[in-house]
Amino acid sequence: MPRTIGDVILDVDDLHTYCFTRWGTVKAVDGVSFVLREGEALGIVGESGCGKTMTSLSLLKLLPRPVARIVKGSIKLQGEDLVPKSEKEMRRIRGRRISMILQDPQTSLNPVFTIGNQLIEAIQIHHDERKRSLVRRAIDGLKQVRVAAPEQRVDDYPHQMSGGMKQRVVGAIAISCEPKIIIADEPTTSLDVTIQAQYLRLLREIQEATNLSLIFITHDFGIVAKMCDRVMVMYAGRVVESGPVRDIFNRPSHPYTQALLSSVPSMDEDVERLYSIGGQPPALWDLPLGCRFAARCAHAEDRCRQEYPPAVKVGQEHTASCWLAKGS
Amino acid sequence: MSAPVLQVQALKKHFPVTQGVIWSKVLGWVKAVDGITFSVPQGETLAIVGESGCGKTTTAKLILRLEEPTEGHVLVDGQDIHTLKGGALKSYRTTVQAVFQDPWSSLSPRMRVRDIVAEPLVINGDVASDIVKARVAEALDRVGLRPQQANLYPHEFSGGQRQRIAVASALVSNPKLIILDEPVSALDVSIRAQIMNLLVDLQKQYGVSYLLIAHHLATTRYMANEVAVMYLGKIVERARTKELFKSPLHPYTKALFSAALPAHPDVVREEIVLSGEVPSPINPPSGCRFHPRCAFAMPKCAQEEPKDLDMAPGHMVACHLY
Repeated sequence: MPRTIGDVILDVDDLHTYCFTRWGTVKAVDGVSFVLREGEALGIVGESGCGKTMTSLSLLKLLPRPVARIVKGSIKLQGEDLVPKSEKEMRRIRGRRISMILQDPQTSLNPVFTIGNQLIEAIQIHHDERKRSLVRRAIDGLKQVRVAAPEQRVDDYPHQMSGGMKQRVVGAIAISCEPKIIIADEPTTSLDVTIQAQYLRLLREIQEATNLSLIFITHDFGIVAKMCDRVMVMYAGRVVESGPVRDIFNRPSHPYTQALLSSVPSMDEDVERLYSIGGQPPALWDLPLGCRFAARCAHAEDRCRQEYPPAVKVGQEHTASCWLAKGS
Repeated sequence: MSAPVLQVQALKKHFPVTQGVIWSKVLGWVKAVDGITFSVPQGETLAIVGESGCGKTTTAKLILRLEEPTEGHVLVDGQDIHTLKGGALKSYRTTVQAVFQDPWSSLSPRMRVRDIVAEPLVINGDVASDIVKARVAEALDRVGLRPQQANLYPHEFSGGQRQRIAVASALVSNPKLIILDEPVSALDVSIRAQIMNLLVDLQKQYGVSYLLIAHHLATTRYMANEVAVMYLGKIVERARTKELFKSPLHPYTKALFSAALPAHPDVVREEIVLSGEVPSPINPPSGCRFHPRCAFAMPKCAQEEPKDLDMAPGHMVACHLY
């Protein structure tokens, strides 16, 4: 069944999440806006420290307290703003409407409880049911992620399973309460290539069956190319370019996106020499006045160092924040 | 092609699985490496690819002489390294060096950069301290670090710079062979290209050979001259990089390639999704070890172990289909 991309389900507008530390204010997310539609897969790409994980934690309001806070902006889930919600209200939303798959199943599963126990824990919060029917639901959950012999595997502990299986269990927990949105934060980096392919295929099948919206947080353009409909490239807390996946790959308009794409070796063709981006991303507590990529950019001009470029429309739904980007 | 720096001949490493502490009895053997043969010529890169548990790290440990083989030989410059003792062993340790995956855990946080880089010289050789100093400065220069940075500690560097320190430390004793165990997978995307280019440049300049252990196939394609694909302790296919990526023969190689993520959304790969996972190396499947997951398995595959066949010059495959 092909996916149908429906109405806007999540609308993030001008989100600012800052961390207030002893050494200064870290502007981890500094004015991020995007929308997510029903049944869509959005990729958020960037290096470590670009704010992609802080963005996803802000959506669930799971920010490390008291250090990090949403200081500005709104997160509208089906029209409802999540920013002013209390912890109690957020607990009704997490898992039930927005859910998350973390990078490393080794650390996201508790080693002293059986996986059945951990699945039930998630289901119990949202379903007030008897033990037996909860176990039933847990087994169904495992079936959905194709764990073989789920009746026996519910009583297993995480250490009795392989990495790929554990990540499936994490997936089962994430979908157990039929959320509308799943945020997958580097879901396959700890898996082997063939297991990664199996897992991505499974996510795609679940998405097609339930018309789920997915947000992939990743640094791997391969996952974006395979799984996503739209991409958002982040650099130093801001979105530098966003658009439909083919536009980003065929006509990258921001020098950072261009540099990233040409620094990745390809499996399908010989590359004489990879482009390498010199230098480091700027420190998030001491950001330059102008474009944050200017110091590493091959095309930087004086204006780039003085003024932050506005987002320019370079194509249908395709925007880039660069002074050199030509509007359409 | 020049004479091989490294020759690995029918190398086997079996680890016992034991029960009990004092009168332990052996229950079985983990055949981590089970009869592999390859060689690395001077100034070239051989990549070993495969999933976790296929034996690639054990192979590296055997070559570094951190493990003793059960059977077979590792020859470096024609010398069987597992017979070396005393001074000869020390000098061997300077000829083979390694760079590991994670520069956060491979560099001691308590040592200054100059001591980290100097360590291979200080431990293994009788080198005068002023020469050590000069060689450290030279090694740092080769990897693009400033001499002043020698006095800093690892925590003062970013990931990419740390990996440069690790490379400098591997280079300082002028080794003939460097084992690169996933050298870029812990680094950020924009830094990976920097380190890969550095390694390629150093090889061109100094003619050092690399044994690259990687699971990222695109990295392998960029860096290696020859690729060996391992599955459960065996090499199932080995060929020059271009040849292998153009025409992979073994069903496992094909499946591995098809599982790799595309570089562009329009790249459509033939999907060969392997069912199940790599079986346990304690009781590997009979015959061809890949047969339970292979789409082309024949009755013969379960009974008979396939021989290494030369399909083209330098293209070896172990499969009954050919």
